[in-house]
Amino acid sequence: MCDVRADRYRASAVSQSGGELHLQYAGEHDHHHGGGYRVVQWEWSYVQTPYIIAIWLLVASVAKILFHFSQRFTTVVPESCMLILLGLVLGGVVLIANKKQLYQLEPSLFFLFLLPTIVGDAGYFMPARLFFDNLGAILTYAVVGTLWNAFCTGFSLYAAKLLGFIDEHVQAEMLDFLLFGALISAVDPVAVLAVFEEVHVNETLFIIVFGESLVNDAVTVVLYKVYISFVEVGAENVQTADYFKGVASFLIVSIGGTMVGLIFAVILGFITRFTKKVRIIEPLLVFLMVYLAYLTAELFSLSAILSMTFCGIGANKYVEANISQKSRTTVKYTMKTLASIAETIIFIFLGISAVDKSKWAWDTGLVSCTLVFILIFRAVGVVGQTWVLNRFRLVPLEKIDQVVMSYGGLRGAVAFALVVLLDGEQVKAKDYFVATTIVVVFFTVMFQGLTIKPLVKWLKVPRATNRKPTINEEIHERAFDHILTAVEDIAGLQGYHHWRDKWEQFDKNYLSKLLLRKSVYRKSELWEAYQKINIRDAISVIDQCEADRGLLCLFSSDWPECSLMFVCSRRENGSGVCLDLQVIDNIPGAKVEEDMETHHVLAGNLYKPRRRYQSHYSRHFMPLGEQERQDREVFQRNMRSRMETFKSTRYKRHKKELFQASLLGNYPPVVSHPSVPAALEGCQIPLLPPPPPAPPSPPPAPSSPTSEDSHLPWKGSLGSPPPCVSLEATKIIPVDLQQAWNQSISSLESISSPPAPAEPVHPRVSALSRLGGPRPASYTPPGSAAGSTFSIGPQVSQGSFLFPDKKKEEEEEEEDVEGGVAAEMQPLMSSLKPPGPLPPPPPPPSSAPGSGRRRTPCVYLRSLVTSPPPEPHSRGPTQL
Amino acid sequence: MGSSSSSRNKIPNAQELMHQTGFSSAHLLRLHDRFESLDRDNRGYLSPDDFEVLGGLAMNPIGGRIIEAFFSSGQDTVDFSSFVRILAHFRPTDRNRNKEGTQQELPSSRTRKLKFAFQLYDLDRDGKISREELLQVLRAMLGLQVTEEQLQSIAERAIQEADLDKDDAISFDEFKKSLEKMDIDTKMSVSFLK
Repeated sequence: MCDVRADRYRASAVSQSGGELHLQYAGEHDHHHGGGYRVVQWEWSYVQTPYIIAIWLLVASVAKILFHFSQRFTTVVPESCMLILLGLVLGGVVLIANKKQLYQLEPSLFFLFLLPTIVGDAGYFMPARLFFDNLGAILTYAVVGTLWNAFCTGFSLYAAKLLGFIDEHVQAEMLDFLLFGALISAVDPVAVLAVFEEVHVNETLFIIVFGESLVNDAVTVVLYKVYISFVEVGAENVQTADYFKGVASFLIVSIGGTMVGLIFAVILGFITRFTKKVRIIEPLLVFLMVYLAYLTAELFSLSAILSMTFCGIGANKYVEANISQKSRTTVKYTMKTLASIAETIIFIFLGISAVDKSKWAWDTGLVSCTLVFILIFRAVGVVGQTWVLNRFRLVPLEKIDQVVMSYGGLRGAVAFALVVLLDGEQVKAKDYFVATTIVVVFFTVMFQGLTIKPLVKWLKVPRATNRKPTINEEIHERAFDHILTAVEDIAGLQGYHHWRDKWEQFDKNYLSKLLLRKSVYRKSELWEAYQKINIRDAISVIDQCEADRGLLCLFSSDWPECSLMFVCSRRENGSGVCLDLQVIDNIPGAKVEEDMETHHVLAGNLYKPRRRYQSHYSRHFMPLGEQERQDREVFQRNMRSRMETFKSTRYKRHKKELFQASLLGNYPPVVSHPSVPAALEGCQIPLLPPPPPAPPSPPPAPSSPTSEDSHLPWKGSLGSPPPCVSLEATKIIPVDLQQAWNQSISSLESISSPPAPAEPVHPRVSALSRLGGPRPASYTPPGSAAGSTFSIGPQVSQGSFLFPDKKKEEEEEEEDVEGGVAAEMQPLMSSLKPPGPLPPPPPPPSSAPGSGRRRTPCVYLRSLVTSPPPEPHSRGPTQL
Repeated sequence: MGSSSSSRNKIPNAQELMHQTGFSSAHLLRLHDRFESLDRDNRGYLSPDDFEVLGGLAMNPIGGRIIEAFFSSGQDTVDFSSFVRILAHFRPTDRNRNKEGTQQELPSSRTRKLKFAFQLYDLDRDGKISREELLQVLRAMLGLQVTEEQLQSIAERAIQEADLDKDDAISFDEFKKSLEKMDIDTKMSVSFLK
């Protein structure tokens, strides 16, 4: 494979100017092949840049996949090592094929694209509390430690040179060595992440090393730039004032970078407040702003890594609260994907770059001295600083922590990119420095990376536990925070907790108000935590249940998939605040997306090609094909007339029977009370009694704006678990959690549906309820709901059941095309489709697909509200 | 140094306190200063009112509980040694000292820290956190953000989770057990100046 690719490059890259072929310079050479018309043209120069990028990404991904084939292998050898080795091999191949190294890690590519993806991911998902808890240590190691390393390494190398350990060919003065010391001394975030993520040391240790590697960027940048300017003007021309300028520059670069990041964080938080109707761009906004923070800092030559890190840390809380669940998931996966692939590419390119012999010159003295010095000074620096820090730290850093920290001071691609950036004219020994840097990077990443895991095991460093906090821990942790704040107040200490509390007050009173949506602002963190835990439990119960028995399906073919649907949507949702997301989230994309997510679960019931066709038709909306709609309309008309005649008979009496009948059959999406518990008993889970009869809920009042619960049609019966899905879920929650679960579900609703009238969604929601309001009157004979004591009846006939039911209908709609469905299903068709020309439902006339995206979802949703009632009618005829 | 030793003499039972609490004399001095500044009338003891003037404490959702903890034994005053003893719960756990196998447990030990926290919840001092007691704390901490119903479900859930003997309340052992994975040393310690 590699050979083929190399050949291809060779064939095409001939026209490229020497080794200048690198990824971001797009086809400068626009030459065409010969004259005349050709049937097939070789348009390499046209696709070249994206093609090469894509191929590299592919190589990186495939390499990653291959490494993870062998479980045992990857637990021993870190991925970064393997990638560097692969890079070496690839570089060798290219070199042999080409006599010249075409690819290497270009600093601009690295700093503008690869590094920000990794830092952005790291910053955004940085555990903020942990980071700030250890901020003192992180700052010390990053600033003092890096300065110490830089100066000591620089001076020691100079001393070694004077003592003759380093060959005379290395033409370097003290400034050159100091410069080299500055760039080689910084711990590298990419390498640290790559290695430490596999080692799983405890969080404190990780955050200190990793935080240091991020924050020391400011020091490195300043030192590097100061030295470069010193080298340019020449050592003898440096004035005292310049040193002070250096110090000032450090302050500006670090504080400025942080400020830029925080400003962008505020902007990002503020913007995501208003994306309610355009959820689809939320992830993009996150990426853009975080990246812009990086670029802006670069623009003013501030510390870009600091800027990006703080943008991520700062914005995370508000953005995560503002954006939708799906956006959250998207952001998470996209960031992780990009970061992982960027990391892979960096390591491969590091390997490849090392093969390029023209770029470096070897000097054993320099290499070995550097290696020894950086190891020694790192260790000495860590021990010294820790000794000071431990006098102030609550939990002192133990000796083994210090060993790991010293040993984990990995150097990486940042150093390499910086050394490549050096100007060979100014820094005569550049080639030697390049070689040394490569060796240092390889040594730290490969040797130390390989050995750190056994070392950590051998030292019995406390490992990270991947455990989710229980609700008790969540509660008590918050209580402890308050207690500590109070104790600091009483003891008159202006300590950490005092300031944290001050910050939290400020955040609550001002920042959150500014940056959070009103609907989110009112939420409580503890409540969210509680919901998360509940949902996690539900999922595990369901999983276990399913693992234990496939039997369930025998009893009621409907409910497992219903619950699965639930699980699935919950999983996707992450924190799962929003149970009926498709309803609340009435943006065009949500419905389609959700369907796509549940797609694989429902696969058994779906007519796949058509579904696919639908989602391709428009990303935002699922209109029906013209032909299909026509068919359906005709069908619906027919069914309707039949229904009318049916209704004229004693519909009311039949209705209950119908339901009972249908419940016992396996059709209905509603839980069948008798069968489901039976099924569940099989899986040894404490069961609920059937939920208490739901209070006969009054038909939703046509827009009663005062009571927030009756705003939404499906809130009709608040006490009962509202939608079918949650009702299903209730079944599988152990008895002792039942109440909590129910409450969580019902309150979920109240939370997820924004009560504040100012919310943009509101008009629409109330429009829905208005539409829903008259519905019972027009469809259901009066009193059918109110008088009923049978718990299912009202639920189904009331709004509470609407949406899941809808979903169900869609499934069946798909099925019917397959023709395999029982006749029982067919009547359903009548209720099916949204824009049906059914006279009674007042939805706007057939929603032409072209009628605009903004409007259609509304129509669609309205039709969701209006369509279910006919269902009982329609089912009637066949079942009688 | 002279001034500090002279002021140390002002502290009654300084030696004993240091031994019992593990505070150094510098700590004690500092706390004594604090105590005196809280004790505005120089009565030699503090009353709940003295705590309530603290601005931060007034804003603290469970500040009242913590004040109560200082007056746990029923009196409405607290003298310096009790003041110090209570604050000693929040010293970072002293590892070396515990290793020496001292005869008594320092207040900063894990169990004592937990006990202190437990007592903040356990209002009626029956050795159990009942649902109602838990609810009260939750209500204080969550304030108006959450409905009563939600509070109930959180409390319900928490009790279900921790309650091992099914008496619908959390005993101290259960409390301890439910937090056994938590790093109490860090989460219940304040760095008093060293």
